[in-house]
Amino acid sequence: MTPSTQQQLIIVDRLKKYFPVKTGLLQRTSGHVKAVDDVSLVINRGDTFGLVGESGSGKSTLGRTLLRLNDKTDGTVQYQGQDLHDLSKSEMRKLRPKLQFIFQDPYSSLNPRIRIGDAIGEALIQHGLCSQEEVDERVAEVLALCGMSSYHMDRYPHEFSGGQRQRIGIARAIILNPDFVVADEPLSALDVSIQAQIINLFRKLQEQRSLTYLFISHDLSVVQHLCNRIGVMYLGSLVELGPRDECFSKPLHPYTQALLSAVPIPNPRVKRERIVLHGDPPSPVNPPTGCKFHTRCPLAQSKCREETPLLRHHGSGHYAACHLI
Amino acid sequence: MSTAIEQLAPEQTISTSRPAAVIERSSLWQQSIKKLRRNRTAMLGFIFIIVMFAACFIAPLFSPYASGKVNLAVMNQAPSAAHWLGTDHLGRDVLTRLLQAGRISLTVGLVSMILSVVIGTVLGAIASYYRGIVDQIIMRIADLLMTIPNLPLLFIIGAILSEWKVPTEYRLYIVMLMLSVVGWPGLARLVRGELLSLRERDFMQAAEALGLNDRRKLFTHLLPNIFPLLIVVATLSIGGAIISESTLSYFGLGVMPPTPTWGNMIDAANTLIDFEKRPWLWIPPGLAIFATVIAINLFGDGLRDALDPKQERR
Ligand SMILES: Nc1ncnc2c1ncn2[C@@H]1O[C@H](COP(=O)(O)OP(=O)(O)OP(=O)(O)O)[C@@H](O)[C@H]1O
Ligand code: SF4
Ligand SMILES: [Mg+2]
Repeated sequence: MTPSTQQQLIIVDRLKKYFPVKTGLLQRTSGHVKAVDDVSLVINRGDTFGLVGESGSGKSTLGRTLLRLNDKTDGTVQYQGQDLHDLSKSEMRKLRPKLQFIFQDPYSSLNPRIRIGDAIGEALIQHGLCSQEEVDERVAEVLALCGMSSYHMDRYPHEFSGGQRQRIGIARAIILNPDFVVADEPLSALDVSIQAQIINLFRKLQEQRSLTYLFISHDLSVVQHLCNRIGVMYLGSLVELGPRDECFSKPLHPYTQALLSAVPIPNPRVKRERIVLHGDPPSPVNPPTGCKFHTRCPLAQSKCREETPLLRHHGSGHYAACHLI
Repeated sequence: MSTAIEQLAPEQTISTSRPAAVIERSSLWQQSIKKLRRNRTAMLGFIFIIVMFAACFIAPLFSPYASGKVNLAVMNQAPSAAHWLGTDHLGRDVLTRLLQAGRISLTVGLVSMILSVVIGTVLGAIASYYRGIVDQIIMRIADLLMTIPNLPLLFIIGAILSEWKVPTEYRLYIVMLMLSVVGWPGLARLVRGELLSLRERDFMQAAEALGLNDRRKLFTHLLPNIFPLLIVVATLSIGGAIISESTLSYFGLGVMPPTPTWGNMIDAANTLIDFEKRPWLWIPPGLAIFATVIAINLFGDGLRDALDPKQERR
């Protein structure tokens, strides 16, 4: 399949999300956390787009802003040609079942006072996708799909472990039969056997319903296993974007190279130089000038401090933002 | 790939028969009530409150002295078989008056609490929903009322009302209003803060992501989560209102005689001779206030423990 024949499901164009930083007694805005800073990307129908990056690089914020769970600061997000941030509240509400979000924190994402059967089924009823009589059956079905039992329906969130809650969050999203799912580290609280189960579930749903995912993760090996395209974020910006095999076999950006060098390679004969990054990522309130990565980049030059590198195409759908390539 | 899912299937087929222990699963409210019933001190407080209410609202109906007629022949008598708590300077039965006073004091506490909670919740909810200028106006008024300590504020209002010569029958209602004027700001601030923080919680974002409408968000997600807190605070604030009313009445700025309240009965302690020689005049109302407020606080603390869903795991 060439890119032109694929249907572009989500088009993100120069999206920005800044959070004001308030300081002092008067709570005056003294600056902004540039959580998402000028991100553009396209997600095709059927893609599993993996978003990786350090903690605090803005992955969750990008996911939330993409689905308009936050307001944007600037830019556009198109879903099947409609600008999501331009829709009226009620139009957006009607579209919600098609665009689902699986939350990173399994504890705070479930209302402590609602039984999980209701939590999973309420949106079905609200959108008239299912009658009151059928809802229990549908919930039981989807719970079984996520490796839980139907009698769990009558329980409250506090009666479940973190991993179970995460699966409840997954069930709540997929029961709506969505088109596009943003999964924010959906496997982080699960043990390995259940991780495999859920990965298989994601794949199965994708095959059956041609689902499209934005899959946010810390875990590069899971991303390599599950995703067909990958985006790497650093301090709110995308530094590399491309097909999985391209990104993993010949990473272009020094940051991606450093990330990958930390992943153990199955083949012991292949030696990979471990690139160790020094220091913490700089504050997103005052990101470094020029290339944001220059403070930690082993290849940094004087040009990097002054000029911001653009995300440029380097063949076969592979993009990177670095002056040296 | 899909085989992994199929392998799971036999184990996780949809069981229509639920385990027996599960059928009787109770709601969170039922669980809370069960927990509350196991809390001895809270139940003790609760029983005391019920008995107090029953005594104040029912017992005076059976008292031979309920009319409160002045009878100078039996003035200032010590407790006896005929007058269990003695009589006052007008020859009225102190026990009967104590219970009638309780009726007023408890009503004032309850009504002013309800008023404060309604005003505070509505204004707090409005402030948190609209934010911006509406929020600013409401919260600045609340702050202003809260910066003045309650008692001086009440004294000022009470003194103004005395100047205006408000008829004594109306003072009762005015006292209720006064107490809710000082009561709502704290509640509004609490409700607003709680709603704002709930709104930032992921489950409210999840409600948004699921496309739930505002009504469902408000009634099934927001309100049930502030209700427990509201119940606890409301309960505890009854005690505060009773004390404030008593204080005001004690200083002659609240409910005026002949309408009896616990506060204006303690007023007897203001005269040296009553204070020294006739303790039956002021000890019973003092004890009544003390015990009722303690009971309310014990019950309120028990409610707080019982309603916290995070503790229900154990
Ligand atoms: N509601 C908010 N208000 C203010 N700042 C925020 C808010 N949400 C996120 N941020 C800031 O935006 C930046 C990006 O946060 P985000 O949660 O998107 O990172 P992340 O890549 O998802 O990290 P993690 O891997 O730890 O989940 C952080 O610096 C964070 O402090
Ligand atoms: S632009 Fe310069 S600093 Fe940035 S990644 Fe490339 S070499 Fe490193
Ligand atoms: Mg995150």
